[in-house]
Amino acid sequence: MASIQDIQNEIVEEFAMFDDWMDRYEYMIDLGKSVPVIDEQYKTEDNIIKGCQSKVWVHADLEEDKVKFSADSDAIITKGIIAILIRAWSGQKPADIIAADTAFIDQIGLKEHLSPTRANGLVSMIKQLKMYAVAYQSQLS
Amino acid sequence: MLDIQKIRADFPILNREVNGRPLVYFDNAATSQKPQQVIDKIVEYYTLYNANIHRGVHALSQEATDLYEEAREKVRAFFNIPQAKQVIITSGNTHSINAVASGAHVFVKKDDEIIVSAVEHHSNIVPWQMLCERVGATLKVIPVLDSGELDMQAYEGLLNEKTAFVVVNHVSNALGVTNPVEEIIKGAHEHGAMTLIDGAQSCGHMKLDMQALDADFYTMSGHKMCGPTGIGILYGKEEALNALPPYQGGGEMIDQVTFEHTTYAGLPHKFEAGTPNIAGGIALGAAVDYLNELGMDNIAAYEHELLIYATEQLKAIEGLKIYGDVVNKAAVISFNVTTLHPYDIGTIVDKLGIAVRTGHHCAQPVMERYSIPGTVRASFAFYNTKEEIDIMVQALQRAVSMLS
Repeated sequence: MASIQDIQNEIVEEFAMFDDWMDRYEYMIDLGKSVPVIDEQYKTEDNIIKGCQSKVWVHADLEEDKVKFSADSDAIITKGIIAILIRAWSGQKPADIIAADTAFIDQIGLKEHLSPTRANGLVSMIKQLKMYAVAYQSQLS
Repeated sequence: MLDIQKIRADFPILNREVNGRPLVYFDNAATSQKPQQVIDKIVEYYTLYNANIHRGVHALSQEATDLYEEAREKVRAFFNIPQAKQVIITSGNTHSINAVASGAHVFVKKDDEIIVSAVEHHSNIVPWQMLCERVGATLKVIPVLDSGELDMQAYEGLLNEKTAFVVVNHVSNALGVTNPVEEIIKGAHEHGAMTLIDGAQSCGHMKLDMQALDADFYTMSGHKMCGPTGIGILYGKEEALNALPPYQGGGEMIDQVTFEHTTYAGLPHKFEAGTPNIAGGIALGAAVDYLNELGMDNIAAYEHELLIYATEQLKAIEGLKIYGDVVNKAAVISFNVTTLHPYDIGTIVDKLGIAVRTGHHCAQPVMERYSIPGTVRASFAFYNTKEEIDIMVQALQRAVSMLS
């Protein structure tokens, strides 16, 4: 499995192929449509992160020493960004997820979606992904 | 007839670009833009008159007080309020509602009922829920029909001898529907209940006559009628305001203070504790002048024309559904396109320079009523144009094709 950094660099390169925002958004929307959605049984009130604008569901499992994330959103643009994050962070070791940052989202021109005032649930989702990683890390050690 | 190009020249922000495109501002229900005349008034106040009011004998304080009280008088005349002392200057519409709700235990007793409508925004629900908890009263809700109109038959059924207060917005912020407030006030009064009408969405868009309307309290938002933020109005009938205890204690709201007992100042000062938003109040006066210059009837007629045009154009988009598609409404259109999420649509059209509101509009019960996560809301003002509506419609079509 490639490292988080390698995957993030790969994503940045992919997005660099597009000159204008519309193509970037179209690509992101396509990614959102193709993301493995969360298993219906995990789409519960407990797993929901309520933004003012869109809802996000997150689920995590520990498989051996790696964390597997799945997530979903009712808004497709939010889901596209989730897809990007999960591609980079899912299947990685808890310690690496804890150390990861979201600067690559800025680099691909989607920074505005991670603004806390955007209220789409993404900022809380990232916090949640990190918290799962912290919890699994303490289980492993 | 309004000269829209001339009017647009008064609003410097309309020259701005957003995401590389000329701004199309259709979020007027959230806040209106400000004409240069209002902006200049704020600068002029701090440049020439800044002083605390109602307390100094020096010339600056006197001049600032005069300007502030002139603004109050302008507001009085604008809404046909009998006396200037019935114009309470607050920090905004929410403050105005809370000022009444927090003292309304003098009107609402244990086991009484307060009636609100199903189309209220949170500002006109929560303060009344808090009052109910405090006094042991019950909140009753006028249901909304599929059309977005209030179920007036149900309202009649809710009224009884326990009804102590009826609170309804004049225009729903989430749907734009104008509620039959005259009839609602009349019904409440027939049962001896007090009334508060939330005018946040009506005050800059239609001619309002407080004496004709006959509400006991009416609340207005300054920043939604071309004034600055942080300023609002509470109107009340004189006897209602006299009966209402003060909301906050402090300077300016007192008559005599000793450690044993304090007597309160008369109206309006009883409700205006502390140093007010002086610049905001004076600038609100300038906003009133500006609206008067254009004429509220002209504004209402032109905004209605925009509403009709936009409704027609939007309906041409396949799968677009308007919530609150009725005749009697303000220039606000709340809609969804098929099952697309409003957040997605809002994000794409923002990229195209268009400011619309998306989400639940701080009125979650309304969204629940229609079982939707939210809507896209386009709300117009007199400085908007049909060309801008065309730009929005094109942007929406683009968003739909990207997202579907």
